Amino acid sequence: MSAAEQAEGIPDVPVDARGWPMYEIFVRAKRGLNHVHVGSLHAADDRMALTHARDLYTRRNEGVSVWAVRSESIVASTPDEKDPFFEPSGDKVYRHPTFYEIPDDVPHI
Amino acid sequence: MATAEQAPTGSRGPEETPVEPAALQRQFDETIARDQRIEPRDWMPEGYRRTLVRQIAQHAHSEIIGMQPEGDWITRAPSLRRKAILFAKVQDEAGHGLYLYSAAETLGVDRADLTERLVEGRQKYSSIFNYPTPTYADVGTIGWFVDGAAICNQVPLCRSSYGPYARAMVRICKEESFHQRQGYELLLTMMRGTEAQRRMVQESVDRWWWPSLMMFGPPDDNSPNSERSMAWKIKRHSNDELRQRFVDMTVPQAERLGVTLPDPELRWNEERGRYDFGTPDFSELKRVISGEGPCNEERVARRRKAHQDGAWVREAAAAHAAKQASGRATRQEAAA
Ligand SMILES: [Fe+2]
Ligand SMILES: [Fe+2]
Repeated sequence: MSAAEQAEGIPDVPVDARGWPMYEIFVRAKRGLNHVHVGSLHAADDRMALTHARDLYTRRNEGVSVWAVRSESIVASTPDEKDPFFEPSGDKVYRHPTFYEIPDDVPHI
Repeated sequence: MATAEQAPTGSRGPEETPVEPAALQRQFDETIARDQRIEPRDWMPEGYRRTLVRQIAQHAHSEIIGMQPEGDWITRAPSLRRKAILFAKVQDEAGHGLYLYSAAETLGVDRADLTERLVEGRQKYSSIFNYPTPTYADVGTIGWFVDGAAICNQVPLCRSSYGPYARAMVRICKEESFHQRQGYELLLTMMRGTEAQRRMVQESVDRWWWPSLMMFGPPDDNSPNSERSMAWKIKRHSNDELRQRFVDMTVPQAERLGVTLPDPELRWNEERGRYDFGTPDFSELKRVISGEGPCNEERVARRRKAHQDGAWVREAAAAHAAKQASGRATRQEAAA
């Protein structure tokens, strides 16, 4: 199955009555903010995932927009490679503004 | 079932005892010592994982079973306002159960399995929900006592060392305050009513007080797993400390409400700056937990029936999803 089909939400595991697939839910609390991961739920299909997400995670106007993503579609770094994976940014202090010394009498910098 | 928040397979399974390299253990210990959170994909000792699965599952089951005692009053609450409030409250409890099942699943367990363990009576839930609700005042008393006790228990759990559990608790605690307040307000209203209503409130308080104190579990000197849970910072305070906090919080509320708490030993201790109170009958707690409470069978049977009665809905939804998916695949093929 292609990635495009997966993104459409076509189940690649047999969906039986016992186990609806799992979705990760992201909620935008209000305009101007990013969607934030709030938890997961199970649903038979994409549409049900959205309505369940609304009922479960926004009962008190906690959101203006919801994303539901099949859990298995998420790629994540593994904790094992934690150090080497993030290492490239570790020794690049010059990426931070505090690396640069500017005399105190230079305004607005 | 795979999830981005799921545990790495290497450290799963109660039977196998994987090699726990000292370095991983050290990393884990340091994270706990620094008061940082353990996250799903981190290495963790098998005992830590097992303790969490048990605790979170029991907690989830309690929320789900907890809908029943009050749920019975939804159709009989005396006004549309009270019906709507109670409906929202019970719906919140369902939500709490689902937040917690979601947290449990990050530890590599399957939600359907947990439900099965509950309906087969293989996993426990809070003893308090095995008591009956014969009067409408019980709706108020549950909100005041049971949700109040839940707040005492759950606020410290917002700092629990396991990230997904702590985050679920933050969400839950935000909602519990409504539960407690609606209960107390209901009782206040009844206390302003007739003599019969006041008697009904007092009678309800008499029945619920001791079982509510039992919610905090056995006394510290008889609580085998407590110490380890506290060392892992899953739990932050002992059972007795939480019970004391609940008493200290509730006594002034009872005075304001105008009811008597049924404990002759209850009195302010100037020296300690806290209330002294009697000892709950912990043998009753033991009996209720082991299945001999007044409503244990009814509660589990009802959950089992609801699960069975819902089977056709789950099957139909799955069939619909499969049909939609295959229709979409055919259309895509035709378009290609
Ligand atoms: Fe709850
Ligand atoms: Fe509650």
